[in-house]
Amino acid sequence: MLGMELTTVWFVIIAFLWIGYFALEGFDFGVGMLVPVLARDETERRVLINTVGPVWDGNEVWLLVAGGATFAAFPEWYATLFSGYYLPLLLILVALILRNLAFEYRHKGDTQQWRDRWDLALIGGSFVPAVLWGVAFANIVGGSPIDADKEFTGTLFTLLNPHGLLGGLTTLLLFATHGAMFVALKTDGDIRHRARALAVRLGIAAAVVAVVFLAWTQARTGDTSSAVAFVAAALVLVGGIGAASAGREGWAFLGTFLAIVLAVAGLFLALFPDVMVSSTSPAFSLTTTNAAASPYSLTVMTWAAAIFTPLVIGYQSWTYWVFRKRISTHHIPTADLADAR
Amino acid sequence: MELVDIARWQFGIVTVYHFLFVPLTIGLTLIVALFETFWLRTKDPAYLRLTKFFGKLFLINFALGLVTGIVQEFQFGMNWSDYSRFVGDVFGAPLAIEGLLAFFLESTFLGLWIFGWDKLPRLVHAACMWIVHLGVLASSWFILAANSWMQHPVGYRFDEESGRAELTDFAAVMFNKVQLVTFPHVVLAAYLTAGAFVIGVSAWLYASKKHGSRVPGEDDPDAAEVLETARSDRAMYRKAMRISAVVMLVGGIGVVVSGDVQGKIMTEVQPMKMAAAEALYETEESCAPFSVFTIGTPDGTEEKFAVTVPCLLSFLGTGSFDGEVKGINELRETYRETYGADPGAAYYTASEYVPNIPVTYWTFRWMMGFGALGGAGAVLVLWLTRRSREEKVAPAWIGRVGIGLPVVMVLANSMGWIFTEMGRQPWVVFGLMTTESGVSPGVSVTEALISVITLTSLYAVLFVIEMKLLAKTVRKGPEEFVEPPDPGSKDHDPDAQLNFAY
Ligand code: HDD
Ligand code: HEM
Ligand code: HEM
Repeated sequence: MLGMELTTVWFVIIAFLWIGYFALEGFDFGVGMLVPVLARDETERRVLINTVGPVWDGNEVWLLVAGGATFAAFPEWYATLFSGYYLPLLLILVALILRNLAFEYRHKGDTQQWRDRWDLALIGGSFVPAVLWGVAFANIVGGSPIDADKEFTGTLFTLLNPHGLLGGLTTLLLFATHGAMFVALKTDGDIRHRARALAVRLGIAAAVVAVVFLAWTQARTGDTSSAVAFVAAALVLVGGIGAASAGREGWAFLGTFLAIVLAVAGLFLALFPDVMVSSTSPAFSLTTTNAAASPYSLTVMTWAAAIFTPLVIGYQSWTYWVFRKRISTHHIPTADLADAR
Repeated sequence: MELVDIARWQFGIVTVYHFLFVPLTIGLTLIVALFETFWLRTKDPAYLRLTKFFGKLFLINFALGLVTGIVQEFQFGMNWSDYSRFVGDVFGAPLAIEGLLAFFLESTFLGLWIFGWDKLPRLVHAACMWIVHLGVLASSWFILAANSWMQHPVGYRFDEESGRAELTDFAAVMFNKVQLVTFPHVVLAAYLTAGAFVIGVSAWLYASKKHGSRVPGEDDPDAAEVLETARSDRAMYRKAMRISAVVMLVGGIGVVVSGDVQGKIMTEVQPMKMAAAEALYETEESCAPFSVFTIGTPDGTEEKFAVTVPCLLSFLGTGSFDGEVKGINELRETYRETYGADPGAAYYTASEYVPNIPVTYWTFRWMMGFGALGGAGAVLVLWLTRRSREEKVAPAWIGRVGIGLPVVMVLANSMGWIFTEMGRQPWVVFGLMTTESGVSPGVSVTEALISVITLTSLYAVLFVIEMKLLAKTVRKGPEEFVEPPDPGSKDHDPDAQLNFAY
């Protein structure tokens, strides 16, 4: 009995980790993709990149912990998902590698060519996962071919079905909007206003696509709870866009933040009690019980999570507080100062 | 090629690659934290210059450690899904806790350290690097506990119904006796490596005509000044070397002591690995010799010429010069009785239960040999740059020796891992699961090839970039001293340019 409850607890924890990941890294994916759109010159590009400079790495750890927690709490889920969605995950890995190095290495070279190449890595490396995570989640929730041995039997193209692709477009647009809202909140001067205007336009596109995708998902596998979450997600997104056009950047960012939280929460609600839906036969779906670790293992980890999660949230929030100031072009150090650290 | 071969190549390549950067990260976080602390205590500008300079080198290195770590986290599920299903209950917990406890700590506080010079009071800023170091140690603890469990499974039971290993005692896994010696060995080897890195780079700068060994031209009006700067720079590099020498000494002694204990525990829990490390075919009842160098047939089955130290192997393996050390042939029989005739189906039949002898034999020696070489090189450099030779311009070859130091140390680490991991074969989890049965059944050879080729070529390109950046940064040398902003003070301007920006 205790085991039953713990599996649900761990489903919730993993949902929480993914929600955290998308709500946080979502905006730094967005900022990365928008570099060529929003920035007019080198200094503005650096303004954009520096809005996420101190925090992108911490945001990414949410993914690593989500992966690790899945391995530990639902080994079967981890094994099926990672070996099944092989090529998309490989692409995501390559993209994340390039993107992270772009942050770290871009400013270390002096030539324009060096910077241009890392810009490309940053943009592509943000774009690819922003799309592919949506594709992956649409398939996890909507169903993909999984056999009685819990093995994925499809190919890359099985995943690129219309529902999956729409999922990818949804996350792409949502993250781009979220990124624009973040830039509007974190910068000052000309770029702030451009970001806000762009956020409104992107937001409208995102809202339209998201509503179609979420409604489709709801029709495929949803229940009442997911419907509530999806409707709430749509409402706060619209609210956020409204706030942006009224010039209320804090509220606008909160809007996209909550929209992502609610939409992802809705996907997990629609998924529960499955963890990966099999389109081959419902009997083959992986569930919170047939994919779970033993009660003892889950208990150990529950203690670890109970102690350390509040701590992590505490110090990550503190970081955001330390770097709360808006950045504008006059804060960007001249080249030699940047080297002098 | 079979899937298992490709998956093994990929694992070996990306993991050894990850571990090129890991030891430097572990050790440099400590050394940079020490430099910053010394600066706070002494206000000597040299320490701040060193903090920033080695901080910069550390960050270049850290970036690659980080991105290659992400691949590690994913590839268990991608290439080794049956392994993951089998061990997840035991092995997953330390991995998950590592992320929650260590990765969040490292990444968050490193972000604060990099960007926080003008935002955090000085004491807090220095504390950030210490916290990063703690995070790195925690990370090493948990991942090594997971690895030690594969070497010597404890605290679990095999569940017939689910067909997998299930955790029964978390503390037993955390304090596995293999873990208790592996953790100090790996961390101290990392200190040794980073110490060698700092000494090597400092020696290069010390001997460089552009930095520590500047000589003014005949009629240079600023000759006196040039000489003075070079002299104070040399003093700075010597400070760096002195601190690192202490770190290296602690690491070096610790590595030998812990390695010695490891050998005994290994003889106990994986006797075949010790026999393979020594290419010892027949059991020696007492006073087994340690061979320093052997020429044998290429497959290592026969010895042609060997230089040996009498009785040393007995001592390494058992702690007594007349202890018995079991040979490969006898152990193979024992393993057959215990685990059945054929562990790895087709894959390992050729040498049932016997790992690749030449690889285990040589990697074990190269680990110790490279370590000793690096240690000797460091002592030489330290001796040649000692204080009493301050007025002498150092010969340029000291710099070349210096650059070689971190290279051989990093190689020693790789050799240690290749030995440990290949010596465990054909098991992926000793006595429980063979490597061959751990691969993903659903992954095709094509997919696996795409993956290993993509990652290997990407890593090759990144290696070149990384080396160029390191070389460029080293050549440039430490920046001039600039008093950093002090957010604790009253006249700090919060709207000034960022002290550091990407
Ligand atoms: C003895 C230490 C040690 C060992 C054996 C390993 N690692 Fe590692 N790892 C570290 C020590 C470390 C570190 C020193 O903590 C790193 C190096 C650079 C860094 O960012 O932290 C790191 C980084 C790092 C990261 C990125 C963390 C971040 O974003 O901050 C991941 C996901 C992993 N590792 C995962 C693994 C896995 C799955 C391994 C097993 C195959 C592994 N590492 C072996
Ligand atoms: C970072 C240091 C490490 C290095 C350099 C390293 C190196 C290697 C090498 C060279 C192999 C290939 C052996 C062979 O196939 O013959 C291997 C195998 C393996 N190692 Fe490690 N290892 C490291 C740490 C770890 C850790 C910490 C774990 C687990 C947490 C681990 C898990 C495995 C597994 C699952 C295999 C099996 C796959 C295989 O046999 O190729 N390794 N490792
Ligand atoms: C006299 C010196 C040394 C001895 C006796 C020694 C002994 C050992 C032994 C017995 C193992 C295998 C443990 C196992 O598989 O269970 C090992 C592994 C290893 N060694 Fe050493 N070693 C020495 C020096 C070094 C040096 C100088 C370095 C690096 C700078 C190093 C790095 C490693 C690493 C990274 C591993 C793999 C991880 C592990 O299993 O601990 N060792 N060493």
